[in-house]
Amino acid sequence: MKGSLRRVWGLCYRHLALYRHSWPRLLELMYWPILQMLVWGFVTAYLAGVQQNTASVAAGVLLGGVLLWEVALRSQMGFAITFLEEIWSRNLGHIFVSPLRPGELVAGLMCMATLRMLTGVLPAVALAWALYGFGLFRMGPVVVLFFAALMLMGWAVALGVTAMILRHGAGAEPLAWSVLFGLTPFACVFYPLSTLPTGLQWVAQAIPAAHVFEGMRAALTEGRLDSFHLLMAFGLDLIWLLVLGRVFGAQFEAARRSGALLTIGE
Amino acid sequence: MTDAIQAEGLTKRYGENLAVDALSFTLPRGATWGLLGGNGAGKSTTIAMLLGLLVPSAGTVRVLGHDMARDRFAALARMNFSSPYVALPHRLSVAENLRVYAHLYDVPRAEARIAELAAALQLEEILHRPAGQLSAGQKTRVALAKALVNRPELLLLDEPTASLDPDTGDWVRSWLERYQAESGCAILLASHNMAEVERLCGHVLMLKRGRIVDQGSPSELAARFGRDNLEEVFLDIARNRKRAGEPMGEAVA
Repeated sequence: MKGSLRRVWGLCYRHLALYRHSWPRLLELMYWPILQMLVWGFVTAYLAGVQQNTASVAAGVLLGGVLLWEVALRSQMGFAITFLEEIWSRNLGHIFVSPLRPGELVAGLMCMATLRMLTGVLPAVALAWALYGFGLFRMGPVVVLFFAALMLMGWAVALGVTAMILRHGAGAEPLAWSVLFGLTPFACVFYPLSTLPTGLQWVAQAIPAAHVFEGMRAALTEGRLDSFHLLMAFGLDLIWLLVLGRVFGAQFEAARRSGALLTIGE
Repeated sequence: MTDAIQAEGLTKRYGENLAVDALSFTLPRGATWGLLGGNGAGKSTTIAMLLGLLVPSAGTVRVLGHDMARDRFAALARMNFSSPYVALPHRLSVAENLRVYAHLYDVPRAEARIAELAAALQLEEILHRPAGQLSAGQKTRVALAKALVNRPELLLLDEPTASLDPDTGDWVRSWLERYQAESGCAILLASHNMAEVERLCGHVLMLKRGRIVDQGSPSELAARFGRDNLEEVFLDIARNRKRAGEPMGEAVA
């Protein structure tokens, strides 16, 4: 166990040292979450002027949605980009011939994804409070559970993306940035699930984030904890992680058979 | 004591292409062997299978007594690898790079080990420089330090002196000779530098089209082919000549 933790720490240390030497990477982590928060903050400020009675609710729902969706996005990107950093630095060969197990690699990527997400999202959360008076944590401790459910979903998607990179090499790189954006309409970030056409509601029901955002709206507009949606979110996260974890494992072994680990940067 | 490497019928097939064809050999502990062959002979594929990076289509590999199909991580902790074609992260300093691998290999007293390697490989002055700013010779010494960080019992070296000037290349070869004598580490060396293989290796496997076409000590091979050195033997094999002065013919079996 001690050896395993040390190997995970070795991988994290390698990336922390990279960020220590590369301030543009650190800046990039914060850039998009803050930009998104600013744009949506102005939108809510505008809506507040048009519809004064619903201003605070709109601000809460929109800004809460933006900030929480960034948790999922940054967790997914953090995981996949940390893996890509090893490809870009042509270091993956050394990593794969070290005693680092695939499970430890995944644990290290999850740790780095968490640190990257917190570095990117927490300044945006603080700015939302400073600029627009919106406190994400006014929802109460449940916001921590929302964070956790969205992080788990981000990691699950990232396992799928990394599996694609193992299979298709650097050609699958753009998925690291784009894949979760494709789920945005079904994640019901800015509108209730009931807004979607009936057929698409079934799709949304299978996405953990859709349940998190239903729960967030219940917390912000009604001040209640919707335990059904919370349980659904974590249950679906577990299923997604198990399925995509197996896809990753199978793809890793397939890459060892096909020789893709030797040519992954191409 | 188990051998460093026991390969039995090691085969790798990519579709119709047979990259490595039923390779069998045993590398004893403490020996330095060379793996020679032209481009595409199967050296890199063989090394990748020995490292567990590639699953053989057939055959078995035992490294330091561990079956690589079932227990590769136990073997990987006791071996290491260096190649100029696999880089270390450029932005990290030399010390940070070595620290990363000390953690990955769970090396006890990591800082003391790094200091020891830095002294042995003359890295003290560059320990805090980014790996990407080093000369080819310095990078080779750092790559060797990384490969030795876990005190490996088996070292796989893929062209360790490629792109080095003769002086630096000679320094690396002398250092490897000394290290091997002191540590008793087994070394498998893939190289295109015949003089290097003659100097370092007690036994050479000659590969062609994925098969071992001949093997022996450099002097045995030279005598068998009626040649003065390994480079001429290499050319004879590459050009399908069986002995000195013979015209090109069938591959040596």
